[in-house]
Amino acid sequence: MKAGIVIFPGINRERDMAIALEGATGRKPRMVWHRETDLSGLDLVVIPGGFSYGDYLRCGAMAAQSPVMGAIRAHAVRGGHILGVCNGFQILTEAGLLPGALLRNASLRFLSSDCWLRVERADTAFTRHYRQGAVFRSPMAHGDGNYFADDATLDRLEGEGLVAFRYALPSGEASPAANRNGSARNIAGIYSPNLRILGLMPHPEDLVDPLMGGIDGKPLFDGLAAALAA
Amino acid sequence: MKATVTVMLKAGVLDPQGKAISQALHNLGFAGVGEVRAGKVIELDLAETDPGAARAQAEDMARRLLANTVIESFRVEIAA
Repeated sequence: MKAGIVIFPGINRERDMAIALEGATGRKPRMVWHRETDLSGLDLVVIPGGFSYGDYLRCGAMAAQSPVMGAIRAHAVRGGHILGVCNGFQILTEAGLLPGALLRNASLRFLSSDCWLRVERADTAFTRHYRQGAVFRSPMAHGDGNYFADDATLDRLEGEGLVAFRYALPSGEASPAANRNGSARNIAGIYSPNLRILGLMPHPEDLVDPLMGGIDGKPLFDGLAAALAA
Repeated sequence: MKATVTVMLKAGVLDPQGKAISQALHNLGFAGVGEVRAGKVIELDLAETDPGAARAQAEDMARRLLANTVIESFRVEIAA
């Protein structure tokens, strides 16, 4: 799997992401600067977390207009896989590659803690190394992670099986108590209709080594490496 | 022309910032304050001299960048 990590000014989680990808594939991912316009040859494009362009206007709004986004759209049209984490998820929604938007956390607090994610389906390139219904721990760190979409969009996402992960209790129950940022229907991550674009707020890349305190996030990267092995 | 674009969260979209401001105003003794909504004001200096064309430009900018119409609505005012 050839992976590339897109770096916008203000992005700060690209090194964590590179460690997770290299751990799964054995090769260093290509680091892609936001002014680059050629992503050909990449199987997976990752937009990592951070505060692109200082979160000016809205989180992800400026990055969605940057030169590299044209190449990311072309990659999507080619059927390429895209992973957007945290600010990367916000950027994908601002760019219109995923529906909905991420609002300020309902509590108004920046949330920096672990959460538990329930795997809604295990037949995608991102989740094939998990079991459906499995719950795994993931760090999260965001101020604007409150997923919003209108009811028709939410119904469509659920009806078409495009909800990737929900905030849940360790028992697997997607209860209000587990939904600390106030996301609609406990949604933590969603897929594009072809299941090749995934956006999620938490950071599975930060739990891929026992030295980090666990390896709950490692199956996501190992699964991607297996699915996209070339 | 000057264009002023006011961007607000749509009705029905939770505005926790507005709620917090309302609570703070109550704490200051402004007991009569009801719902508070917080938004953004963006001022644009445009080369366009025709008010109608300036409005059309500003609305296009609002739709494509200044507002996220999934969650926000906008209003444009034009002044010479």
